[in-house]
Amino acid sequence: MTDTLLSTGNLLAIWVTLKLASITTLILLPIAIALAWWLSNTRSILRAPINALITLPLVLPPTVLGFYLLLLMGPNGPLGEVTQALGLGSLSFTFSGLVLGSVLYSLPFAIQPIQIAFESLGSRPMEVAATLRAKPLDAFMNVALPMARSGLISSAILTFSHTIGEFGVVLMIGGNIPGQTQVLSTQIYNHVEAMEYTQAHWLAGAMLIFSFAVLFTLSLLNRRAARIIH
Amino acid sequence: MMPRFHFIIFACFLISISSSIHAGETRIAVAANFSAPMQRLARSFQEETGNQVKLSSGSTGKFYAQIQNGAPFDILLAADQETPQRLENEKLGIENTRFTYATGTLVLWSARNDFVDSRGEILQKASFNHLAIADPKLAPYGLAAMQTLSTLNLIDKLKTKLVQGENIGQTFQFIATANAELGFVALSQVYADGKLTMGSIWIVPQALYQPLHQDAILLKAGKDNSAATSFLAFLKTEKAKKVMHDYGYQF
Repeated sequence: MTDTLLSTGNLLAIWVTLKLASITTLILLPIAIALAWWLSNTRSILRAPINALITLPLVLPPTVLGFYLLLLMGPNGPLGEVTQALGLGSLSFTFSGLVLGSVLYSLPFAIQPIQIAFESLGSRPMEVAATLRAKPLDAFMNVALPMARSGLISSAILTFSHTIGEFGVVLMIGGNIPGQTQVLSTQIYNHVEAMEYTQAHWLAGAMLIFSFAVLFTLSLLNRRAARIIH
Repeated sequence: MMPRFHFIIFACFLISISSSIHAGETRIAVAANFSAPMQRLARSFQEETGNQVKLSSGSTGKFYAQIQNGAPFDILLAADQETPQRLENEKLGIENTRFTYATGTLVLWSARNDFVDSRGEILQKASFNHLAIADPKLAPYGLAAMQTLSTLNLIDKLKTKLVQGENIGQTFQFIATANAELGFVALSQVYADGKLTMGSIWIVPQALYQPLHQDAILLKAGKDNSAATSFLAFLKTEKAKKVMHDYGYQF
């Protein structure tokens, strides 16, 4: 059966997509925690510009990001020159290149839930921890992080699912290599263009169910978290 | 206030009827390889007839799917012969309007000077990381590239170096930005006014791939559109052929 969900091409695309989303989430979570903590506590004048910079991928068309990445990662681009000097070659058309693109693209989705969670804590829990002689890192790990738990979970789920839905950036820097840079969304697009509507239906339907399940879980989690806090 | 308001409405009315009487408009879907000459052709057609031409450029396969689903194009300038034929069979294209407007040429191109030799021997040496082609399932130039590699017995050797653009336009962009060192594109993309615009090329001998005859067809939406039919007539003129020839197309 080559015209179903389980054709080799589709299976490979699903595998690459899940791998991409998992790795992106693992890389982004620590970065997002650190940046969200800084953003929710700092009084630096850099706060506003950095906040804007981080939110950019939310409003920019993915083609803008894809276009600049293509220029940056190419052998004549600044990033391409660095990766070549390190002997890594160019990142375009590689899985690592997609990871880099996804990390940038999903950054606001990872940071915002955590930032909101940290901001809603206020300064009180950390002050109480300090009066109990907890060192700042200790207080952060054992007070702030557990209390921001629902934000962390939302962040992880959003990052993962947003990466799975990524399309424009992958299309522009991927090169459609099976097992490397061919992901679910681009695979659906190619099926539609090649008039393989049965295959497109299978994948698109699976995506629809998956996305609904993710959002449903997310709203259940948020309700539970709200009940625990109040 | 009132008389002025009426005057504005009347003026708008006048403008709308005058433009519909004097100049028509036609929407044309153009295969990505033909995009550059098409812009020049559209400009001189507009100057000559006053008709407006709205262009969309993309892969032939995508246009086929869009036309099947009711996209409002009057004309398709395809990169192959099969798609217009299929549209005619499905009654989405108008009978007896199909003709070959140009025959394309496949080239191996690099944005770097002196990178591609004039006999394509670089393919045998495989001294590069990425060879860009258009998706052979979607784009006729991608298919021609695969036929060339297959005739040269190079598919197994180069399989891991292939990167695919969604259409020939994206393939060109991969190479132009040097993300791929070289790749197969249409001569028309790297050729203007009878000479190579940049980089180095090997013009692939026609014997290595099936001829790239490109057909045009009038679509259902354009059946009674005089701007559309007069554009198709314009494509057959010597003047239009001169422009296409300057971009490396054969007849």
